[in-house]
Amino acid sequence: MNTTTSVATSPDNTRTNGPFDQQSALKFITCGSVDDGKSTLIGRLLLDSKSVLQDQLANVSKSGEADLAQFTDGLSAEREQGITIDVAYRYFNTAERKFIIGDAPGHEQYTRNMVTAASSADAAVVLVDATKLQWQDPALSLLPQTRRHSLLCQLLRVPSIVFAVNKLDALEDAAKPETAGQATVAFTHIRGALEKFAQAAGIEVTTIVPISALKGHNVVDAAEGWCGYTGPSLLDILELLPVTPADTALPFAFPVQWVEKFSSSSDTSQGRRIFWGRVANGVAQIGQQVKVLPSGQTATVAQVLGTTRKPGIVQAGHSAGVVLDREVDVSRGDWLLAPVPPAPAAITSDDDFADTPTATSLPPSREISATVAWMDDEPLVAGRVYWALHGHRWVKARVKRVVHRLDINTLAEENADTLPANSIGHIELLLQEPIAALPFAQSRVLGSLVLVDTATHRTAGAVLVNG
Amino acid sequence: MNTRTPPELLQAMTTHHRPDHLSNAHLDALEEETIFVLREVAAAFERPTLLFSGGKDSLVMLKCAEKAFGTPATGGKIPYPLLMIDTGHNFHEVTDFRDFRAKELGADLIVRSVEDSMARGTVRLAHPGESRNVHQSVTLLEAIEEFRFDALIGGARRDEEKARAKERIFSHRDSFGQWQPKDQRPELWTLFNTKLQPGEHFRVFPISNWTELDVWQYIEREQIALPSLYYTHKREVVERKGLLVPVTELTPLKPGEVAELRDVRFRTVGDITCTCPVESLAATPEQIVHETLAADVSERGATRMDDKTSEASMEKRKKDGYF
Repeated sequence: MNTTTSVATSPDNTRTNGPFDQQSALKFITCGSVDDGKSTLIGRLLLDSKSVLQDQLANVSKSGEADLAQFTDGLSAEREQGITIDVAYRYFNTAERKFIIGDAPGHEQYTRNMVTAASSADAAVVLVDATKLQWQDPALSLLPQTRRHSLLCQLLRVPSIVFAVNKLDALEDAAKPETAGQATVAFTHIRGALEKFAQAAGIEVTTIVPISALKGHNVVDAAEGWCGYTGPSLLDILELLPVTPADTALPFAFPVQWVEKFSSSSDTSQGRRIFWGRVANGVAQIGQQVKVLPSGQTATVAQVLGTTRKPGIVQAGHSAGVVLDREVDVSRGDWLLAPVPPAPAAITSDDDFADTPTATSLPPSREISATVAWMDDEPLVAGRVYWALHGHRWVKARVKRVVHRLDINTLAEENADTLPANSIGHIELLLQEPIAALPFAQSRVLGSLVLVDTATHRTAGAVLVNG
Repeated sequence: MNTRTPPELLQAMTTHHRPDHLSNAHLDALEEETIFVLREVAAAFERPTLLFSGGKDSLVMLKCAEKAFGTPATGGKIPYPLLMIDTGHNFHEVTDFRDFRAKELGADLIVRSVEDSMARGTVRLAHPGESRNVHQSVTLLEAIEEFRFDALIGGARRDEEKARAKERIFSHRDSFGQWQPKDQRPELWTLFNTKLQPGEHFRVFPISNWTELDVWQYIEREQIALPSLYYTHKREVVERKGLLVPVTELTPLKPGEVAELRDVRFRTVGDITCTCPVESLAATPEQIVHETLAADVSERGATRMDDKTSEASMEKRKKDGYF
């Protein structure tokens, strides 16, 4: 576990040296309990980074004081109830970078929206409300929501997790001299508890920063030495976090999104069909041997077009058009995969080979063991058949059994036959046809599916394939 | 942004070192996402259509569609028709441009008009001068029924407005065309659940994650041609409640008002009766990028009269089937 501020202080990663022209927008989510100040934090980020426009400010200002939370709660039901129901996306930029914020709801009943926001996030800021904790106690316990949200982010492989300890300013009262220094004590104790929890849960923490969303300490502008913290502000940290790396090191895997027929483009040889899709793993390049799933036919990549139809080599994470060297039966939903490597016995003991990523290829299988985040109001029932979407491929999936239900606060395993809304569990699925799944821990695209209710068509479950 | 950027400052901004790090990698990622969504619609639906008004957002989408599917010149074609719901109160510069671009790309263009709905009696105005903008929903739903569209691609952006900020990229609509903001389908990774019951449809927003600034940076980078209204021109306007109202046949002067000739441009072009220009001398996309970076009023705040009535007006209209 690394709880230092190494991201911001590493010499390779400073503002002056950083190759910012290579950076895309950072997508981050804010999570935490209701009233921990998520919306206020976002309001503060927008306000202090001068990303709020006058008319938007006027809309949320009452008696000259801006209600920062009002920037993000956009639905009338949210304003009525004073809570966030669904993910709101906000955009802002600094001189260094563009940002997309997913403001995820804190209520347990909206776990599905939190999962939605986390699935595409590069980073998560988990807010911890200092005033809700026994901060005088060095062995204090964290709130269940802090553990829950951190564990969910870890489960969904959000690459960077930042803890922001909020409302520390509320612990000190200028009119009461005896309260001086309490914020520092609180931050030290809370940081210790967060480090202990993260270590026990195996969560790698990027940094722990004390903030006051209300007053603005350490959000945009660093509050040097406040609470004994001398590191960068939250925004400084966010400016330097990496975006999610694509799975380029894995064997080539390509879900076919759309088939372009009868193209007479001069870029393609003899008007062959072009298979368009986003490269899931590896690299699309001429000469790549592929096996088509489910037909099992094999072919060689004859040509590769980039997103914008220009020939090239396309890395994982980007769209490509693939032309094969011969006519094979390929349609939307099929996968083009690097052939499965020879059996382990055929691999030499040479070190160069032992580490090759092909060793992680799995043959397609009809049986999957997975972790599922259940999102539908109708519980998941063992024995029921759902639609499963993997890449662009729809297959029927029967829930063979619920192995465990996980205690959402600790991830401890409990016996169960069903999974109610907003719960997480381990299940076994039997698919109508084999799919090329890899563990989610290795490949986001090959390791993720959604389950859809066959009757209502509601998106019911987020499936993460287990190793 | 109703304070005009002075010419010398505009000149200085233009020659100033460009923040290039904010453009290319980020624009590539946005373009990639948009193309991915445009292809997904082509593949997943039977009768999709792309809403195309001739405005800047729809021109950006069309540029991405051109890259995704090719043009007649490259042997490809956008595999769905373009659809415009015409209030009859559009700037002719914009509708002319719309027709020109559709023809240039060999795309099928369907136009359905609010006036036809009025003639059918399905749209009734409260008073003759009422904005027809809100009534587009009726005509749109009639077009959906007529053509049995199952996916309508729109150029809305999440940065435009708070209710939009909450909407999914693939936004499910029931058989009344209604949006259920409290009951949206979770959208995980890029696994889009496009399953429909009969009578339902999707609204799809491929440029959800673009901001006004991104749109202008992309227009600059790709050299996308726009209707002339987007750039500085002299126009008769009258100032009302801080907005510059264009003086036209549809929006005449009120008694006692005097028209002024000012240098203006439009940040958004829509129904004449509710779209206002801003004061500006910006004549190129690059200059507009700089003005946008310096702007202190949002696109809607500066230009739209109809959103000022209520905080929740867009949410309510969307629930009623508005785009």
